[in-house]
Amino acid sequence: MNVARYWRTEKTRYGLVGETCRICGEPIFPPRDLCPHCTEAGQDVRTFGGKGEVYSFSTVNDAPAGYSEYTPYTVALIKLQEGPLLTAQLTDVDEPDVHIGMPVEMVTRKLKEEGENGMIVYGYKFRPVIQA
Amino acid sequence: MKPSREVGIVGYGAYVPRYRLPASEVSRVWTGGHGGVPVDEKSVPGLDEDTATIAIEAARNALLRSEVDPGDLRSVWVGSESHPYAVKPTGTIVAEAIGATPAVSVADWQFACKAGTEALQAAFALVGSSMADYAMAIGADTAQGRPGDALEYTAAAGGAAFVVGAREQSLAYLEASYSYVTDTPDFFRRPYRHYPEHGGRFTGEPAYFKHITAAVQALLEELGYKPTDFAAAVFHQPNVKFPQRVAQILGFNKDQLKAGLLAGQVGNTYAAAAMLGLTAALDVAKPGDRILMASFGSGAGSDAFSFVVTDVACERQARAPSTQAYIARRAPVDYALYTRYRRKLQMQ
Repeated sequence: MNVARYWRTEKTRYGLVGETCRICGEPIFPPRDLCPHCTEAGQDVRTFGGKGEVYSFSTVNDAPAGYSEYTPYTVALIKLQEGPLLTAQLTDVDEPDVHIGMPVEMVTRKLKEEGENGMIVYGYKFRPVIQA
Repeated sequence: MKPSREVGIVGYGAYVPRYRLPASEVSRVWTGGHGGVPVDEKSVPGLDEDTATIAIEAARNALLRSEVDPGDLRSVWVGSESHPYAVKPTGTIVAEAIGATPAVSVADWQFACKAGTEALQAAFALVGSSMADYAMAIGADTAQGRPGDALEYTAAAGGAAFVVGAREQSLAYLEASYSYVTDTPDFFRRPYRHYPEHGGRFTGEPAYFKHITAAVQALLEELGYKPTDFAAAVFHQPNVKFPQRVAQILGFNKDQLKAGLLAGQVGNTYAAAAMLGLTAALDVAKPGDRILMASFGSGAGSDAFSFVVTDVACERQARAPSTQAYIARRAPVDYALYTRYRRKLQMQ
């Protein structure tokens, strides 16, 4: 990830900052130029609450470049409470304990490091909910 | 020291990673299981955790308890000896992640294990001088000890964050603080070196004990208090024995230490250690309780603080996970997995 792209998308990655469509009112994540629901342009920024549940999941044993030091890890489709479905790694959980419908919450973690001289890429992952 | 405007803690938050390395594992590998161990186990950060991620979660918990809009924070100051970058602030990552940018002062603080309380002193001063209504100070670390060294039993990871505000909004207001510092090279790490050096037994009497006792005695004298005036006392905790002994020297008893002495279960979380102990003490505090916190940072110095818990504390305690909830969320690892998680294996 180059520096400009990292910077442009960091709010989205660090804190689930997405949008609400001004035309149809639907929540949007990640942010887009056109609403995926009504195809109109014009959205307001919103921060999602970070709570959701596992919609589906799979374990990655053969990772793409940059992620191999974290294998094996679980990637899941997360259904946010506000509606959007997004893809994210799960963390702080053992793979046998993951199940569809498992309540999860967003945390900001390291996604990867771009070598010893490169940037550390931070972003959202999800883990089992810790009760207050 | 007292600010001209009365101030206090409006919100606090803790974070402890999920993984634990039992001290018996270090002993098994390096001493054949012989000899005593300084803690039962220590926290170990996961592969995707560092000081920035730990600070972010502690900061989010502090904001939950304070109900302060992050955009109203005028400082996000992170104290640590394990900042992820040599050049690039940890604080900017934390401030962006919690939504505090851009009208905010951000800095990384360094003073070994008291980097976080140094930031806290400054946060009290920033709000106490009326330059800001809210300031955030964080202590967070992912400490490393050389394999087989005495520090490897205890060098751990964790974080604690505090939102500082005016006394009338506080869950615990500040009565006074005191800082005691001398140039005492008991522990240090040179640039580009991965592991620190320490003075062995020298880290005790002329360093830890001298600085904490001097800071606490001066604070008590300034306030006209004696140890029995406090419901709880929290000291820097590089192991279990040091805080127990310094408490005994100063005249505090084991009951006063109980809520905030976490080293046996999480090890030495360095810049977070005393602050994490304070979060645990605040989790169970009752209105009217007086709490002492005294940090220690090698190099060396101690910051001592006296707080009084207010009526709003109980309502705010439940707004975020307790420190003990994080400690209870433990997954033990063996020495082999620990070497992978702490990147002690040479891969190339």
